[in-house]
Amino acid sequence: MASAAASDPASRRPGIARTVLSADDITRIVSRMAHQILEKTSGGAGVVLLGVPTRGVPLAHRLAQRVQAVEGVDLPVGSLDPTMYRDDLRLRGVRPLEVTEIPDGGVDGRVVILVDDVLYSGRTVRAALDALAAYGRPRTVQLAVLVDRGHRELPIRADYVGKNMPTSRRESVAVRLREIDGADAVLILSPEASPAGAADPGDLP
Amino acid sequence: MNRHLLSTEDLSRDDALLVLDTAERMARVAEASVRKLPTLRGRTVVNLFFEDSTRTRTSFEVAAKRLSADVINFSARGSSVSKGESLKDTAQTLEAMGADAVVCRHSASGAPHRLATWVRGSVVNAGDGTHEHPTQALLDAFTMRRRLGRVDGLAVTIVGDVLHSRVARSNVWLLATLGASVTVVAPPTLLPLGVSSWPVEVSYDLDAVLPKSDVVMMLRVQRERMSAAFFPTEREYSRRYGLDVDRAATLPEHALVMHPGPMVRGMEISSQVADSVRSTVVEQVANGVSVRMAVLYLLLGGSGEVS
Repeated sequence: MASAAASDPASRRPGIARTVLSADDITRIVSRMAHQILEKTSGGAGVVLLGVPTRGVPLAHRLAQRVQAVEGVDLPVGSLDPTMYRDDLRLRGVRPLEVTEIPDGGVDGRVVILVDDVLYSGRTVRAALDALAAYGRPRTVQLAVLVDRGHRELPIRADYVGKNMPTSRRESVAVRLREIDGADAVLILSPEASPAGAADPGDLP
Repeated sequence: MNRHLLSTEDLSRDDALLVLDTAERMARVAEASVRKLPTLRGRTVVNLFFEDSTRTRTSFEVAAKRLSADVINFSARGSSVSKGESLKDTAQTLEAMGADAVVCRHSASGAPHRLATWVRGSVVNAGDGTHEHPTQALLDAFTMRRRLGRVDGLAVTIVGDVLHSRVARSNVWLLATLGASVTVVAPPTLLPLGVSSWPVEVSYDLDAVLPKSDVVMMLRVQRERMSAAFFPTEREYSRRYGLDVDRAATLPEHALVMHPGPMVRGMEISSQVADSVRSTVVEQVANGVSVRMAVLYLLLGGSGEVS
């Protein structure tokens, strides 16, 4: 997850890429999610946005900007790296660590909204919940994701979903954001018809 | 990252930077209210120390425990080693106990390299004879980077008993890899024969070098490794190569004073300098835990295959 190349399924695997959300779609979706957050948290009272690296972090900042534009409230934004709490560390080589940045004021008694790009197996979110507990005890924890692609392996669901996107496990979902990738888009990548790589479990959960 | 960490001489620039970056993340863990991570749960780290060392052993122990590894301290004194067991037999014993990593300190240069050929787990060199002490060099570089923002391009002066110092050797190789320029300053009797082949400048005049130094690293005179007279008197050594307040005043404003510890106050460093704001001695200890957590994570945190 460190480099764009490693987390970009398109560069790992040949296949057919299909754009499912355009840059404009993403802007509208983020805007809607910001409104939903304001609605559900009574104007963002006590809310802290924590992005899950890599692409959850710019998404968290975008949500905060939209909330600022709509309601004039400045929500604290930070990042939370769940890597060292993952349950699948031993299944592959060492993962590079990402930044954890808890905003001043901490998370105790706050409404923490975890922000990630894709919700898949739910294992990243489970690890993030554990990581969060090391930094304090929020009053509530909620989850916001740009794409929910299904195939949950744990009892986890999102409170704010940008787009429900039914996928096959053989496909992978790639979220591109201009802060990291230069442009906004969401792609679905299908493996080639050849059996090679077909057993690959797909996008990183 | 290789399976073992035996020396900084064979550490690539990418791997060295990976350790430093990972250590930066680990340092953040110390700021959390719960300073323990489940990352190495179920893994066993053996501290195999054939030489006395409180600070390095404790540092590795704290690092391993913060990552939830099980730690076994195996010191030579009071063990079967003092009854004549060979290093190989000890290694096989540890192997049978299922050690995932062995942190080894030994008075013989090269002992961890031998050990690495006998055990299946990872071996971390925690100091071997007068050869290397890689985690010390990594924590020194980490300290420089945290304080001065970079290592690349720094002028680092290493002063004192270079001959017996594994800290100096590890630092020389690592700092060269990271792009710093190193000057060693010592009495001619305390420089090794091979120093001309090292990537360093050599000087015998501390006063000439100090005003150009971003970092000055003082080494302890290792009496326990000295079998002959290397300098006339301690007083003379201290006068020519010790860092006192007057000498420290000739350093640039931003310059750091480092010491790997244990310090002999009044010998290579005066108390006022050791306790001054430029001194990083206490920081180095804290940074040591972060760096050792990073090394253990990078060696044990994955499946063992290169990703």
